[in-house]
Amino acid sequence: MTFYDIYTTYDWQTIQKQISETTSYQVMQSLRKPKRDLSDFIHLISPAARPFLEQMAQLSQQLTHKRFGKTIQLYTPMYLSNECHNICTYCGFSIDNKIPRKTLTPIEIEREIHLLKSQGYDHILLVTGEANHTVNLQYFEQAIKQIRPSFSTISIEVQPLEQDEYEVLAQLGVYAVLVYQETYHEAVYKQYHPKGKKSNFRYRLETPDRIGQAGIHKIGLGVLLGLEDWRVDSFFTALHLDYLQKKYWKTKYSISFPRLRPAEGNVEPNFIMEDIDLLQLMFAYRIWNEDVELSISTRESELFRDHVIGLGVTAMSAGSKTNPGGYSVDQDSLAQFEICDNRSTATIYQLIQSKGYDPVWTDWNQSYANF
Amino acid sequence: MKPLQLGDKTFHSRLFLGTGKYGSNAQMEAATLASGTEFITVALKRLDLKQENNALLAHLNHPHLHLLPNTSGARNAKEAILAAQLAREALETNWVKVEIHPDPKYLLPDPIETLIATEELAKQGFFVLPYIHADPVLCKRLEEVGTTAVMPLGSPIGTNKGLKTIDFLEIIIENSRVPVIVDAGIGAPSDAAKAMELGADAVLVNTAIAVAGDPVQMAKAFQQAVQAGRMAYEAQLGAIQNHAHASSPLTSFLYQ
Repeated sequence: MTFYDIYTTYDWQTIQKQISETTSYQVMQSLRKPKRDLSDFIHLISPAARPFLEQMAQLSQQLTHKRFGKTIQLYTPMYLSNECHNICTYCGFSIDNKIPRKTLTPIEIEREIHLLKSQGYDHILLVTGEANHTVNLQYFEQAIKQIRPSFSTISIEVQPLEQDEYEVLAQLGVYAVLVYQETYHEAVYKQYHPKGKKSNFRYRLETPDRIGQAGIHKIGLGVLLGLEDWRVDSFFTALHLDYLQKKYWKTKYSISFPRLRPAEGNVEPNFIMEDIDLLQLMFAYRIWNEDVELSISTRESELFRDHVIGLGVTAMSAGSKTNPGGYSVDQDSLAQFEICDNRSTATIYQLIQSKGYDPVWTDWNQSYANF
Repeated sequence: MKPLQLGDKTFHSRLFLGTGKYGSNAQMEAATLASGTEFITVALKRLDLKQENNALLAHLNHPHLHLLPNTSGARNAKEAILAAQLAREALETNWVKVEIHPDPKYLLPDPIETLIATEELAKQGFFVLPYIHADPVLCKRLEEVGTTAVMPLGSPIGTNKGLKTIDFLEIIIENSRVPVIVDAGIGAPSDAAKAMELGADAVLVNTAIAVAGDPVQMAKAFQQAVQAGRMAYEAQLGAIQNHAHASSPLTSFLYQ
């Protein structure tokens, strides 16, 4: 059994209706409970919860402090390639965008490592498009072996792989794998991904199962906020998380909140998500699930990022470039999307400290990679 | 009240009963019938399998009652597996409650041997219900080796002390992918109701009924308590107010 079997027992419209018909009384009841389930998550993401936002913030802050203390994990992405064989109508890397394609060579990777290391980075998120012929397991193996000695923690965000490929990555010292479903609406998913391997909705949906089976330490989930009704999409993310936490119970989980950002050739978001919506969603996750890590990227504004520290967020990216070689090799190559918070890592580091929090680069050791 | 799906069976009563400690088999039978239970556990060691008309089994010969042989008396996995195989042959059932307690004083379950026995019996096609400590990690390990349910103890067996392990039972219930049956230590109907309110799928009671002044009346009391607790769980319990209002808003930056 995989998550697909559970997914097919739910109906998008029914969930949408439950969310829209939630009452203030139900929200209050959910907020007062000592433990909350998925029906409470529905209440907390509903429009009816909006007047309770401040109360949710207080509770989210309290629960975050209790579970995570005053720490914020930091990471920074290293884009290895913008080659991609998919059409994703919202993404700068989409194959139908006639842009120069670049995949870093070992020499270029070395230059990026050197620059990032000199600036104090220690948790690297390796990112690529989805080009299975050129940027594949063999490429990842080589890159990870090259990068591993310089950083304590390596996470990856690449195309979905097979279970045995994830097992290889785990043994090479990869700590976390991030894979976003983009949207849980199967029909809409197919419209946004008309071509390429990524158009297989089920294969992508079952990717966290393969990662879990492979024994990777952490799985990152999320949807691209803006493709569909964020409330329903987030319910399905929570459902997915709930299933994974019970089945792959030795694994840690994180949720990311990528909001659709401007990119080369892309379309406007179909569903607008305002700052206030994103806050409500983050609080809902924290209040429903005290244990899940919540991550905010540099897609968000300085104002937003400054204020969410400690309110639920436990991880942030810093000083990000979203183009291959963006730090040292080719600063003008095409980016996957536009960054909003352009502040340097040192500035973010100091900001976190000034708020009374401890910025943490390392929270894992590669010796745990040897099964 | 929703029926309980357990292995290949469906139960309408979520109260499971033991059969030991009664003054007589007739009293055991009367209490069992009064409780409305559909699932009763029988110690293999109590059955004289050579005798065709076993006295205990004769009193349990009711069509709605399913027998769950247990391996009480086994001190390790090997003994428990042999007992289960014997029970399967004698009672023609592939259900077994794995009880392995090397310690004769408190009868505390051995987690390592229980995990080994459960894995082997599940491979042999048994529906296995292991009696265990309220250990959330052990529950997940049992799940992975194919257990049908988990049976964490509320307090040491036979003590009637109630749900001393409640914090761990909550974690087990929250995380389990198989039914959770709270076994051992339940001393009063209110304990059973509490376990059901927490979201336990069923409870197993023996001593509290068997040694009561009036076992039949106590069996009825447990029947009602289990029903009440389960109904309360399904109806979703009301919330407890435990928050204070903040003095300085955390979300005011939205309006800057």
